[in-house]
Amino acid sequence: MKITVNGNGLEVQEDIKHIKGLIDFLGLEDKPLIVEHNQQILQKEAHEKAVLESGDKVEIVHFVGGG
Amino acid sequence: MLETNRYQRQILFTPIGETGQEKLSRSHVLIVGTGALGSSSAEALARAGVGHLTLIDRDYVEESNLQRQQLFSEEDMRQKTPKAIAAKQRLSQVNSHIHIDAIVGDAEIDLLRQIAPKVDLIIDATDNFETRLLLNDTAQKYQKPWIYGAVVASYGVTFTVLPDKTPCLQCLAEYIPNNGATCDSVGIIQPVVQKVVSQQVTEALKLLTGNEAALSGKLIAFDLWENQHTEIEVASLRKADCPSCSEKRSYPNLAYDARLKTAVLCGRNTVQLRPQRKKTDLAEVAKELQKNNQIKLFQNPYLLSFEVDSFRVVLFQDGRVLIHGTMDQLEAKTIYHRYLG
Ligand SMILES: [Zn+2]
Repeated sequence: MKITVNGNGLEVQEDIKHIKGLIDFLGLEDKPLIVEHNQQILQKEAHEKAVLESGDKVEIVHFVGGG
Repeated sequence: MLETNRYQRQILFTPIGETGQEKLSRSHVLIVGTGALGSSSAEALARAGVGHLTLIDRDYVEESNLQRQQLFSEEDMRQKTPKAIAAKQRLSQVNSHIHIDAIVGDAEIDLLRQIAPKVDLIIDATDNFETRLLLNDTAQKYQKPWIYGAVVASYGVTFTVLPDKTPCLQCLAEYIPNNGATCDSVGIIQPVVQKVVSQQVTEALKLLTGNEAALSGKLIAFDLWENQHTEIEVASLRKADCPSCSEKRSYPNLAYDARLKTAVLCGRNTVQLRPQRKKTDLAEVAKELQKNNQIKLFQNPYLLSFEVDSFRVVLFQDGRVLIHGTMDQLEAKTIYHRYLG
């Protein structure tokens, strides 16, 4: 299915079923992330319950420290 | 009084105009950190005619800074000039009509407490979250806006924290990475600095000229190399029981720690030690060290530097010491006690 991540289109396999699966797929599982799924901010506990559907918009942001 | 032509193009920009320009000239901005982000925002604000800038930085200019820290020259590097001083020197050439305070030191509790009440806003250009949390609580306490900015590799993040309006950094604490993750071994490209600073300085201009309604209100992140741009509405993350910004506030980040403070400087293979006593007589220390003829000393009016074994030790007037060549805080303490008491 095709979703949008941080403004860019992304084709993901059907076995990626929820936000947590997407985060693992992107290799971001070790970072504390602010995740917005279709304009709704998700708490970490909700990542596994948030089902991905074709056309979904996901924004993922992490803090960095450098200056 | 405004020089007639200097700010003409900015005054022609309607949201600023004569009134906004007048406000800028009466504004005081604190910039914490004068590395990449700090150099760039200081130059932008100086050129824009912000009447009073206070710069704080604990470091001195090194060769690897020149790629992205736009206020510094090779001469600053040769002289090991403290960044705040070198920045002030350059900015005074850029705009001699504004007032600039340069402070060589750590942005610690007492210093921030002296300065924060007098400023209109604070720009975050630090490289660590310990200082940012301190800034956060100071800003909440004195009801000042502050603008978070950070960069690594080709990635940048920024967010404007408004007292009593937006979430503060403490509200977002669960998203702060632990120390190791912020230490960048992945480098940085200069354009991402400019992009974060563009955002920070524009937000600052809006606030200083009374254009609050134009503020972004969002957490903004981008990766220039990956062509990504993201904005997230984070208002819902404001915590009703936040210890820094709610009614039940206790400012946990302003709690004192009296010990010899050590900090690993990210990506620098360097440990900083900050003893409690203030002010060091550099000449006195130099005289002591010269008794050891193994030690080669370098001195400028602001600092003293020497090499010993595989370490380089730099001592500042305010008593701080940088030990280059280690990330091990215990090892750094040993060297400190061996040579500097
Ligand atoms: Zn808060």
